[in-house]
Amino acid sequence: MKRVVITGMGIWSCIGTDIEEVRESLYKGKSGIGIEEERLQYGYQSALTGIVKKPVLKGLIDRHLRRGLSEEAEYAFMAAKQAFRMAKVDDSYLDANEVGCIFGNDSSAKPVIEAARIMDEKHDTELLGQSFIFQAMNSTVTMNLSTIFRLKGVNFTVSAACASGSHSIGLAYMLIKNGLQDMVLCGGAQETNFYSMASFDALGAFSKNMQEPAKASRPFDRDRDGLVPSGGAAALVLEEYGHAVARGADIIAEVAGYGFSSNGTSVISQPSDEGCVRAMERALADAGMRPDDIDYINAHATSTRQGDMFEAMAIDSLFRGKHAVVSSTKSMTGHECWMAGASELVYSLIMMQNGFVAPNINLENPDEYSAHLNIATVATETAVNTVLSNSFGFGGTNSALVVKKFKK
Amino acid sequence: MERKEIEEKVKNFLVEELEIDEDKIYPEAKLKEDMGIDSLDFVDIVVIVEKNFGFKIKAEEMVGVDTYSKFCDYIESKVK
Repeated sequence: MKRVVITGMGIWSCIGTDIEEVRESLYKGKSGIGIEEERLQYGYQSALTGIVKKPVLKGLIDRHLRRGLSEEAEYAFMAAKQAFRMAKVDDSYLDANEVGCIFGNDSSAKPVIEAARIMDEKHDTELLGQSFIFQAMNSTVTMNLSTIFRLKGVNFTVSAACASGSHSIGLAYMLIKNGLQDMVLCGGAQETNFYSMASFDALGAFSKNMQEPAKASRPFDRDRDGLVPSGGAAALVLEEYGHAVARGADIIAEVAGYGFSSNGTSVISQPSDEGCVRAMERALADAGMRPDDIDYINAHATSTRQGDMFEAMAIDSLFRGKHAVVSSTKSMTGHECWMAGASELVYSLIMMQNGFVAPNINLENPDEYSAHLNIATVATETAVNTVLSNSFGFGGTNSALVVKKFKK
Repeated sequence: MERKEIEEKVKNFLVEELEIDEDKIYPEAKLKEDMGIDSLDFVDIVVIVEKNFGFKIKAEEMVGVDTYSKFCDYIESKVK
């Protein structure tokens, strides 16, 4: 089996649009949550959302390549550009080599709804234009990135609810580990427009603490009242170790393990501690590690009572010895949904590189389950040599990734 | 609609919506070769023309319409 390393990463999120800005936000515990009043007018129960800057792509890429980009694909392009630059991958490299592309994405609501509105009014597909189809499919991110960067390797999208981004990295890792690809651009992307989250808001799952947006997302806290939707994109360049060395690339970290599971229960929206444990155990076994080997756990915890509880139970049952430091960066970013598994790995890698654990802000009163965990409530300077990153999604899909500092 | 107004509207959407450089827009300019308009652009042009001029382009009527000038002639013939 091949070793898989990370040689590039990029991020476009509500806590920053480049690695340095995100590092600072993570260290300072800065929230990216705000209010979008239009949500209330549209009929949402909550106006809270991650506030993500819109990239300006005119002048960066040709219109012919830009026209098929959905909102989340635009974010993904910006993140991918950063990741390739960090990995020292330029146009001439891409033209001469086979690079794959796998992203997590599970919706593209805006173009779907806008096209449907035109059809309702005009009843004529010739009046839709050509962009909607390339923006509306879940694979909008991978189809556009593979076209823009002229990629020649594996090319598909993973749709697995809030674990999509994490599974995309796991699959890229497996393809490289098995010698099927030398390099894969992977990650996750999430739209933030108000069309995209109405049906999620319908579940009453979103926080309504609109008086204090920065305090609304409070994973593991007794007084939480729901999650805050957010988005953007994260991208990573995964590469076979020998290939990275031969190119002279700088190695950020090694992907050591990937674990997956499905809950096997009959409630579509209910997590399961047992399912989470199986994914984490599988990732640890793949990495050849024991729970005590993990320094930091980036929890999935979204700030919902049930989700946080089941994950706290799962972590508590597995990490009985050393008690790895835990935090949920969703306390600052909100729930970046389809992107979250990828962005949270990028956040964790930033912590690894800079020797700190980002705080789980807003954790003032742990509940009976999180009280057992070793949760960092303030930025904690400590060596982060090994990371376990959890992602769980509707339908019982679970993904866990283990990364470690690279050693020859 | 006067010819001048048609040309202004066409030029405007070519520049604003299709981002074609103004210096590439002249009477004999070939839509494909000189202005870089591709087959997917034509799908959008149908929508833009319907919004701006109130009629729908028919593909069979566009046969031989290959320059900026001929395109304006075609629109003129439809809006007269």
